[in-house]
Amino acid sequence: MADHLLSWMTFAPVVGAAVITGLPGRYKDLTKWIAAAATAVPLLLAVQLFLQFDRTTANMQFTEHYTWIKSFNIEYFLGVDGLSVPMVLLTALLSFLCIIASWRIDKAVKGYFSLFLLLEAGMMGVFCSLDFFLFYVFWEVMLLPMYFLIGIWGGPRKEYAAIKFFLYTLAGSVLMLLAMIAFYYNVKDPVTGGHTFNMLHMMDQANHGGILALSNVRFVIWMGLFIGFAIKVPVFPFHTWLPDAHVEAPTAVSVILAGVLLKMGTYGLLRISYPMLPDQAVGFMVPMAILGAINILYGAFCAMAQTDMKKLVAYSSVSHMGYVLLGMSAMNEAGINGAVLQMFNHGTITAMMFLCVGVIYDRAHHRDINGFGGLGLQLPVYTSVFSFALFAAVGLPGLSGFVSEAMVFIGAFPTHRTITIVSALGIVVGAAYVLWMLQRVFLGEKNAKYDSLPEISARELFTLVPIGIIVLVLGVYPMPVLDLMKVSLNHLIKVVAG
Amino acid sequence: MSMDMLQIPDWSDLGGFLPEVVLFGAFLLALLGDLVARKRPVVPFAIALVGALTALVLAFVGLDAPERTILGGLVAVDGMAAFFRLLFALVAVVTMMISWASEEIMGRSRESKGEYYALIALMTGGMMVMAEARDLLMLYLSLELVSLSSYVMAGYMRNSLRATEASLKYVIFGAVSSGIMLYGLSLLYGLTGSLSYLGIRDALAAGAGDPLSLLTICVLLLAGLGYKIAMVPFHFWAPDVYEGAPTPVAAFFSVGPKAAGFALMVRFFYTVMQPAIDRVDWRLLIAVLSVATMTYANLVAVRQVNVKRLLAYSSIAHAGYLLMGFLMLTAEGLQAILFYLLVYALMNLGAFLFVVAINNSLKSEHLDDYAGLGFRSPWAAAMMTVFLFSLTGLPPTAGFIGKFYLFAAVMHEGWYWLAIVGVLNSVVSLFYYMKIARTMYFTKAPADAPAVPIAPLHYVTMVLLAAPTLLLGLYWGGFKALADRAIQHFTAL
Repeated sequence: MADHLLSWMTFAPVVGAAVITGLPGRYKDLTKWIAAAATAVPLLLAVQLFLQFDRTTANMQFTEHYTWIKSFNIEYFLGVDGLSVPMVLLTALLSFLCIIASWRIDKAVKGYFSLFLLLEAGMMGVFCSLDFFLFYVFWEVMLLPMYFLIGIWGGPRKEYAAIKFFLYTLAGSVLMLLAMIAFYYNVKDPVTGGHTFNMLHMMDQANHGGILALSNVRFVIWMGLFIGFAIKVPVFPFHTWLPDAHVEAPTAVSVILAGVLLKMGTYGLLRISYPMLPDQAVGFMVPMAILGAINILYGAFCAMAQTDMKKLVAYSSVSHMGYVLLGMSAMNEAGINGAVLQMFNHGTITAMMFLCVGVIYDRAHHRDINGFGGLGLQLPVYTSVFSFALFAAVGLPGLSGFVSEAMVFIGAFPTHRTITIVSALGIVVGAAYVLWMLQRVFLGEKNAKYDSLPEISARELFTLVPIGIIVLVLGVYPMPVLDLMKVSLNHLIKVVAG
Repeated sequence: MSMDMLQIPDWSDLGGFLPEVVLFGAFLLALLGDLVARKRPVVPFAIALVGALTALVLAFVGLDAPERTILGGLVAVDGMAAFFRLLFALVAVVTMMISWASEEIMGRSRESKGEYYALIALMTGGMMVMAEARDLLMLYLSLELVSLSSYVMAGYMRNSLRATEASLKYVIFGAVSSGIMLYGLSLLYGLTGSLSYLGIRDALAAGAGDPLSLLTICVLLLAGLGYKIAMVPFHFWAPDVYEGAPTPVAAFFSVGPKAAGFALMVRFFYTVMQPAIDRVDWRLLIAVLSVATMTYANLVAVRQVNVKRLLAYSSIAHAGYLLMGFLMLTAEGLQAILFYLLVYALMNLGAFLFVVAINNSLKSEHLDDYAGLGFRSPWAAAMMTVFLFSLTGLPPTAGFIGKFYLFAAVMHEGWYWLAIVGVLNSVVSLFYYMKIARTMYFTKAPADAPAVPIAPLHYVTMVLLAAPTLLLGLYWGGFKALADRAIQHFTAL
């Protein structure tokens, strides 16, 4: 297992999905246990990865390199560095917890869990692939289970949300496909001299030739990739699929959407766009910072206007991903490290928030912020967990969100002074929508309708507490994650900004 | 008259013509069997199926045969011919399996069901000749052979008004297009004084023909060929015929004659018209037609509620994608076309097969009646979903690989705008393919919805089509090698 750690992490869920598909539909509990086991394997391996990962080098580690399709030089090439490891950890953790959080699904159980496992495989594959073709395959493979998970198990407007998500993402990824083909034909494999999909070769500017020597073409390719990734992040104005998809998706799927899928967009920018087209990345610093600021403020104001808890959390994601963009645009150590740390932290914090919304929705069957009130007395444990998540989202010092947001601002300030100052307003608005919601839901007059609402269950706590601990620990001492990525990201900055 | 017209045909030539001979023989035998055993359609069915299977085996064996021209230079037996023989024999076998369990074909109280299978054998032989023709005479003969047998098949349901109308439309459209094409061929003959491809090529290379007359010829020829492959603006018959004809026939039409049309176009344009490209750039003409075809078909498909009609427009759109590879004039483009045709045959037959299977029990092709099929018939619906994803071109299915090669060929030649139009079209197509998936999975079936039993033969066939559709998306090296080898000795390149 140690030799093919990344393959095991990627394909253990596929094995689980295959087993579940073969299982007769009546074994509902067994199905769930198999799913839990199939996600526990990548989680345990992720722990091993965390322990064994060499933090002193920017080289790819745990690599696996095989020929896949010889005639087109397509390879099965996996490997991780400091950029991908935090994402892999996040994926493994959230997938496992989401299976637990989905325990009460009772509609088409077999389908739900096998699709969920395929989704995890797709996400894992994206973060581990070092062959562009392979990356693209995983990137797209993930869409299929997501479409069905939203469409079958989602809320009232699920059909609309599912196809909108699918169309938006596909529109983005076909542009990426063309960019990939353009790279393939114009990047030379330094060893064989042929065309290549090897991302590491593509990152080396010395291998670029043909149309990649023309700066206009490079700009077009950059924009193609950027739009593809921006739709996933989502960057304003490509964000409109997000509130629909998040609101209609079942809880666990929202968690994955916000916790992992959005990060694929920024991961793609850092893994592909930045190192492969560094000149364009540098030229795009200011637009990127402006887009980041728009995301932060626009997302925050939209969140403030929501009366649906889930929609509020969804828009808060738009806002928080803006910090990632702002940090990335800074192109310096604090900014990029802050951005990737923010990706990890947002993944954990937003997962907590969606899980908490799921808990109350399971009980009250609605998510209307104004329909509650005084829940603090009724559900003290739940209230404290949710408040913890909300304060983390605000960026309260001592919790992980604060560290990454602070790093982003520290990094962005010297490069984009005005934009950073304007963006900082987002923190105030962020605090406003969070506290206002907290007040309306947990404080004030108790709504007599909810006198018999049961407290959060042990299973639900089990999904929340591990994330809470991570949020707290990283708030006080962020080094475990920062150490993972620092060397790789500093190498990336050197490659891009010189 | 070029020299190779004067070769005397020789009995040994038939050895290189075996799959066709077997199929034509099966046609005659099946007709005979139908006469002898009128109440037992299994006899002609078995004869035709054995014929098609034999042709399949012979085509497979013949993959490595030396390349030559036979029948006095009228027919080329080369790698490409071998590839298309394999494809057509496969399509014929699958179509027969689909038809045998289809209520539309077998369930009626008809006197004779045998001639149907005989016609499939005949048409398959004709399609093979289309892919092999290297002479204008053979080109026209094979084209008409395929057309005439397809008119009969389209009108197979004699008592159905819809089918008769479809068949009549098909005949009128076909007659007009082939008339136009014949006019183009006569012009070409007049210009070059030769009927043989090589003779025409040499004449064109020597400078025969001015740009205007060559352009006229191209346009006239494309009218006839465009009709065969259902290219805009010669596609109008397709949705009506597909909807009116029995579904297994529509399945056959959407794959067989289309692929044969492409085979013929490739051979004709790549050998004959290539030297004329300095005088008439027919590539741009075809690029425009390709964009028109896929864009029009995809946009119209979005609004369809009859699944058969939707798939008809989808098959028009696929002709548009294939045309992109066709106009590249490179080995890469050609390989991409061949690979895509193979994949297209699998996934499109699969999708039509699902429609046949559902039609058997629900007697409907309306999208609304597909509600809840994902739960009423989970395995078949899952396989249909695979076909739909593949038709859209999403990994990990064979359709993605096919599209990838097409786009790669287009990008490599620098036709970036064409590639962008192509991928955006894929996004549009996602919407209507997912309309089917959405109805099957997201829409609740009405409480009184009947059960949907699926014939075992249909199940088996569906698995046989779905498995490669999925597996070729994961490993396609061998199939790609097949397509690559087919054009290895293609003379024009």
